[in-house]
Amino acid sequence: MDKVLFLFQNTVLNRRCVEAAVMTGLALNCSINKKSLFDRKHYFYADLPAGYQITQQRVPIAVNGSLSYSLCIDNKMSQMVTKTVRIKQIQLEQDSGKSLHDDTRSQTLVDLNRAGVGLMEVVMEPDMCCGEEAAAAVRELQLILQTLGSSQAVMAEGQLRVDANVSVHHPGEPYGVRTEVKNINSIRFLAKAVDYEIQRQIEELENGGTILNETRAFDSKLGCTVPMRDKEGKQDYRFMPEPNLPPLILYDAKSLPANLNHQQVVNIDWIHERLPDLPSVKRAKLVEQYGILPEHSFTLLNEDGLTEFFENVVKQTQMKPKKVIGWILKDLLSYLKQHSLTVKESPVSSFLLADLLNLLEKKEISSTAAKQVLAELWKGEEKTPLEIVKEKKLELIQDQKELEQICQAVIDGQENEVMAIKAGNRKVLNKLIGLVQRETQGRSNPVLVKQLLEKKLSQ
Amino acid sequence: MRALRLGRWLRTAPGAARGAGEGRLPLRVPPARAVPTAPVVSPAWVPPRPAWQDGQQRPAPQQKVTVEVLDHLENLALVDFRDAEGVERLQKAVQFADQLHEVNTDGVEPMDSVLEDRCLYLREDDVTEGNCTNELLKNAREKVEEYFVAPPGNIPLPKLEERDTFLQGF
Repeated sequence: MDKVLFLFQNTVLNRRCVEAAVMTGLALNCSINKKSLFDRKHYFYADLPAGYQITQQRVPIAVNGSLSYSLCIDNKMSQMVTKTVRIKQIQLEQDSGKSLHDDTRSQTLVDLNRAGVGLMEVVMEPDMCCGEEAAAAVRELQLILQTLGSSQAVMAEGQLRVDANVSVHHPGEPYGVRTEVKNINSIRFLAKAVDYEIQRQIEELENGGTILNETRAFDSKLGCTVPMRDKEGKQDYRFMPEPNLPPLILYDAKSLPANLNHQQVVNIDWIHERLPDLPSVKRAKLVEQYGILPEHSFTLLNEDGLTEFFENVVKQTQMKPKKVIGWILKDLLSYLKQHSLTVKESPVSSFLLADLLNLLEKKEISSTAAKQVLAELWKGEEKTPLEIVKEKKLELIQDQKELEQICQAVIDGQENEVMAIKAGNRKVLNKLIGLVQRETQGRSNPVLVKQLLEKKLSQ
Repeated sequence: MRALRLGRWLRTAPGAARGAGEGRLPLRVPPARAVPTAPVVSPAWVPPRPAWQDGQQRPAPQQKVTVEVLDHLENLALVDFRDAEGVERLQKAVQFADQLHEVNTDGVEPMDSVLEDRCLYLREDDVTEGNCTNELLKNAREKVEEYFVAPPGNIPLPKLEERDTFLQGF
């Protein structure tokens, strides 16, 4: 929606807003209202020059949906459960301005650039019971919005904002009085804010206090919620039907009018057919196509661009996807995390990683050597893995005789261990393998070394 | 087309609105053209003048506006009714609006707007104006960079008993 501030020209709805809301509604399994209405919500605040906000209170654009999300139990990736939160409604609104509170100078700075811009509000039912669940649900919603292109959904930028309504109650009793927590600007803080607020309310009630229906702000530095003084007390928004906006009418294939300007037609069926694969479908496809674990598919989708990176590596290497995923998640991802880099900023391209994994797959280097090469590749010096292997002399010893000699030397030097192995303690063999590896500086194939040692020891 | 139906109802059965209510007011219809003594049914559905005037029979005040309501309104709208005259004016406005209750709307679906049978115009997502930051910021009494400067959040009106207002003795 757009509005020229202070001139109070009639508000005109942007078609793209409607399409984005319909798309989101369909992705969240909502029923789309073919006729939805606009309302005025009145309140005084510096970020709302008109004194009212146009919203959809009575008949919003989409209702009765659901969102499925997964979360891990006890932080174990291998123990994931899927939960569902009901979506009450999706409504179109006008955004307000952005306020920056300057406490030291005791003033509020208001940026009205986004005031009047279309905003989509997703209202969820109280189906979540802790901060982790709220965070996981919002994360899934964020991925869906990004997949649909209805929002870039970066919380720190205010592209996705979350107000958390929190109440506590004993099982079997009605919901307690709820508070609304605002000012949450990351998913991590959402989990913290909700958990803090639950704990605060429980303590308040157990100490004989009462919970006020109030708006609170999350203070990320202190990790707690504080009442917002200027929003205390019960609000009376004095809703009324928006007199300037007629109902928003949407069409489907059946109701499509023949003679209406196509720019004025939003066709629900047309949008439905063009919905992209949602994150849950993408994950299922990854699991099926590459044989990776479900939890790995979550990690792939969680990092922007990681799925594409993984798929590119798989395309360019003979290594099995199941093995590739280990290198992607354990090596690539942990390196990127350590250095706070995004996948796009990775100094190692999918092409270089594939090259390296091919050397490993062709048994030209050991996996220990491959890690060494990777460590060199992170430096981003534009050397190919093969060049690094040559330079550092990391190739596996292909000469069997040479390897046999080294094995023999290790056996001769470790009488006690050899005795132990011969007495039946097979575990000690690993120590000998390790010694051979050390002797060859990781340039020997452990499987081959094991075979050679076993052969020699059985003689 | 509910407006039309309501209009027809107003024209054909104005008495129905009165029902058995004795003190209720018949809907007054403006005289057609310049015939002062022969009121005829006009196609205009909204009377051009208030339906009652001082000195005439008027509906009894439904309810006196309480001090709580006055306090609430002052808080919501940040207005000050100031004196007895202000409150009287409000009382009259409420009373005037209360006449709407005289109309029997049983079974009539509410009409939000006369535009409700139209559909909303949608515009394309094209930028047609902008780059007028300086022009808009001229409206600011005080600004910092490109921000409007406002007080630190809303300052709620003090509680009624702490407020210097006429309402205290009301």
